Amino acid sequence: MIKIITYCFFDLVRSRWSYVYFSFYLLLSFALLFLNNDTSKAVISLMNIITVLTPLIGTIFGVMYYYNSREFIELLLSQPIKRSHIFIGQYLGVAISLSLSLILGLGIPFLLYGVLQGSTSNFLILLTVGSFLTFIFVALAYNIALTHENKIKGFGYAILVWLLMAVIYDGVFLISLVMFQEYPLDNASLIATAFNPIDLSRILILLKLDISALLGYTGAVFKSFFGTSLGLITSLFVLVLWVVIPIFFIYRKAQRKDF
Amino acid sequence: MIEISNICKKFGKVQVLDQLDLTINTQGIFAILGPNGSGKTTLIKSILGMVLLDKGDIKIKGKSVLQQFEYKKEISYLPQIANFPNNNTVSELIKLIKNLRPKPTNEQELIERFGLAPFLDKKLGNLSGGTKQKVNIVLTFMFDNDLIILDEPTTGLDPISLITLKKLIEEEKQRGKTILITSHIMSFVEEVADEIVFLLDGEIYFKGTKEQLYSKTNKQDLEQAIANLLLINHD
Repeated sequence: MIKIITYCFFDLVRSRWSYVYFSFYLLLSFALLFLNNDTSKAVISLMNIITVLTPLIGTIFGVMYYYNSREFIELLLSQPIKRSHIFIGQYLGVAISLSLSLILGLGIPFLLYGVLQGSTSNFLILLTVGSFLTFIFVALAYNIALTHENKIKGFGYAILVWLLMAVIYDGVFLISLVMFQEYPLDNASLIATAFNPIDLSRILILLKLDISALLGYTGAVFKSFFGTSLGLITSLFVLVLWVVIPIFFIYRKAQRKDF
Repeated sequence: MIEISNICKKFGKVQVLDQLDLTINTQGIFAILGPNGSGKTTLIKSILGMVLLDKGDIKIKGKSVLQQFEYKKEISYLPQIANFPNNNTVSELIKLIKNLRPKPTNEQELIERFGLAPFLDKKLGNLSGGTKQKVNIVLTFMFDNDLIILDEPTTGLDPISLITLKKLIEEEKQRGKTILITSHIMSFVEEVADEIVFLLDGEIYFKGTKEQLYSKTNKQDLEQAIANLLLINHD
């Protein structure tokens, strides 16, 4: 499996789009850090961009890479390796290379700026969340692409999932909170947050930064329910589930699919 | 060598393979022919475990290969479409495939024969279709396996490479290999094949030597004979 991971990783790392993605984060975090004297403000702006952009890029890359490598997968399937190794290997290759673009793109400016000025952990949490979102959305996109032979359909559904999680979910969530405000909503909103990795990541970062003003309703519930550190651990655990479950589905689909 | 018994495969509502039996025990070149959608590629892919069967069994060298993967190191397979990840080079791809099956290889000789040396450090995405197919051929023939499966091997090749390929196939045959070929180019099949397996609607409609086919259909060339088989069937 390592061989497949490295092969896909090097293929993607050399692609033009990886450089574009890397330079985008590099420029963005340079600008935000050096034009802004408050690190935690910069972290919040970065958070807002990362929680929307990494899922989108993960989705697009995941779907495109799978469809582009259809024929290559056939070649690999005729080699003496396990099916699951091919697919999990390709998935990890894509997810790792995207995460690396993110980590380097954000990391270099932060290192130059001097993270050691006290906000190291804030910065680390940003990287962790970004990598988690990449792994989650690449896995979701891979699942969708494996299920749909038709590229246009697969692409459409994948983008729809992103749109749902990044934009629509929040809206529906807010409207339902307003509509059912007479009822106790604490538990319901906690559960609802767990079903959206983007919301979850946002809360995770805000809990870490300890900015209650920005926490919003679910964040506040989260904090009062779990306390800061337990809240952090719980949300991290749910994010891990968000990675593991889609990977399990990739594994299962790969075993049963005809090529 | 290959024993295929009673295999069935349905894609949606279409029965692509229908209780198909096929045994190949001898060496030589077997051409699997049939109209579009007759199940040629599906048959080949089920031998390689890419298509999962609904029913039936496939044995290679006496052992069932369903749900296995290790047996694939004894098979060389040329996929129909040559398309590889774009940003890696030709030599990196060859290295990967060599790594996946640790066995002696003779890729240097093949690279020379197909004139691929200048392309070794080029990215696969920048190669033309024909060059990619040559890379594909090198990947297939660099291992010394008793069973070779070729799916439309002539796609995109120029006349010189086609001659090289035919020579290569002939040499492998002389070395006692079993070679399965599917192709739509009848002249190519006529030239290289010893036996014809004719598939129609997921069943084997004819299996035998070229001469047997000619005498059965009263025709003198393969294109006519195959057309004749189809016509008889439609009447």
